[in-house]
Amino acid sequence: MLDIYDFYDKMEKHNIMLSFKGAVTSELLSSILGIMETKMDNLAEPPKIKKKVFNVLVECLQNLYHHTDEAPVDEYGMDVRSAIFMIGKMEDHYSILTGNFIYTDHVTKLKTKLDTVNAMDKDELKAYYKSVLNNGEMSSKGGGGLGMIDIARKSGQKLDYNFMRVNDKSSFFSLNVKVVQPSKEVA
Amino acid sequence: MENINIEGTPKTPTVKFDAGGGRLELSGRSIPENSIEFYKPLLDWIESYGGSPQGKTEVDIKLEYFNTSSSKCILDVFKKLEGVGSTDMTINWYYEEDDEDMLEAGEDYQAIINIPFKMIEVEEM
Repeated sequence: MLDIYDFYDKMEKHNIMLSFKGAVTSELLSSILGIMETKMDNLAEPPKIKKKVFNVLVECLQNLYHHTDEAPVDEYGMDVRSAIFMIGKMEDHYSILTGNFIYTDHVTKLKTKLDTVNAMDKDELKAYYKSVLNNGEMSSKGGGGLGMIDIARKSGQKLDYNFMRVNDKSSFFSLNVKVVQPSKEVA
Repeated sequence: MENINIEGTPKTPTVKFDAGGGRLELSGRSIPENSIEFYKPLLDWIESYGGSPQGKTEVDIKLEYFNTSSSKCILDVFKKLEGVGSTDMTINWYYEEDDEDMLEAGEDYQAIINIPFKMIEVEEM
């Protein structure tokens, strides 16, 4: 029998306020975003942090929606496009953690993109965003390659990521985005 | 030509395009997973409006949130508006006080688009 208390205890200790594992659908995202807005309202979060968390969350979750590849069938059976995400609230920041399978063939391309973004400072990111916005092609999925740049810009943090190779075909990509509570302004 | 009146949803904005009044308004949130479908009719409308625009055209953008999928479509809206000739056009970009990200987003468009922008800070959208 699964130790449910163990799950609870781990999540409590990591200050997880919401978690999900499974197929990421449009309806799910609507619900999750609604729940998070209500939670942040109940916590009386300042509009500034609320907006940042919401914006970053939208991009992170829509990345899962668009870019989750099939899970390795031999290990996980038929649950083909499953992902995981967790939202944690610490003393001074929110953490948005996501994990999804991607094809091992795609790892290098994504890693290069993340490293490019991580090598840039604030002004470089702004210039890069504008250039991709203005010159980039829109994919049929409706993405424009702007998601990760936007996450880095809005969070003001380096993208903390990891790739774990499962087999030749599949790898697991995890991303931990921190949204820091801006220091409260003195009136 | 017909006006556009679309009610907003939690993921798509309220749209009010009034050809006779020369007023175009986009408000609320624009965070659909794929925004191309939503924006296509708006682009077509602007194209037709360009055929016989009013002497003055006011564009109000009052977005609380928009995702990166929408950011490209919004740029396409502005590019279409650039193509509307012989009208005195202003884009009013609204942002809530303290929302530096939204102000900065407006400035990003301003740097790319050749239409005068007015940045307008409001207490609440």
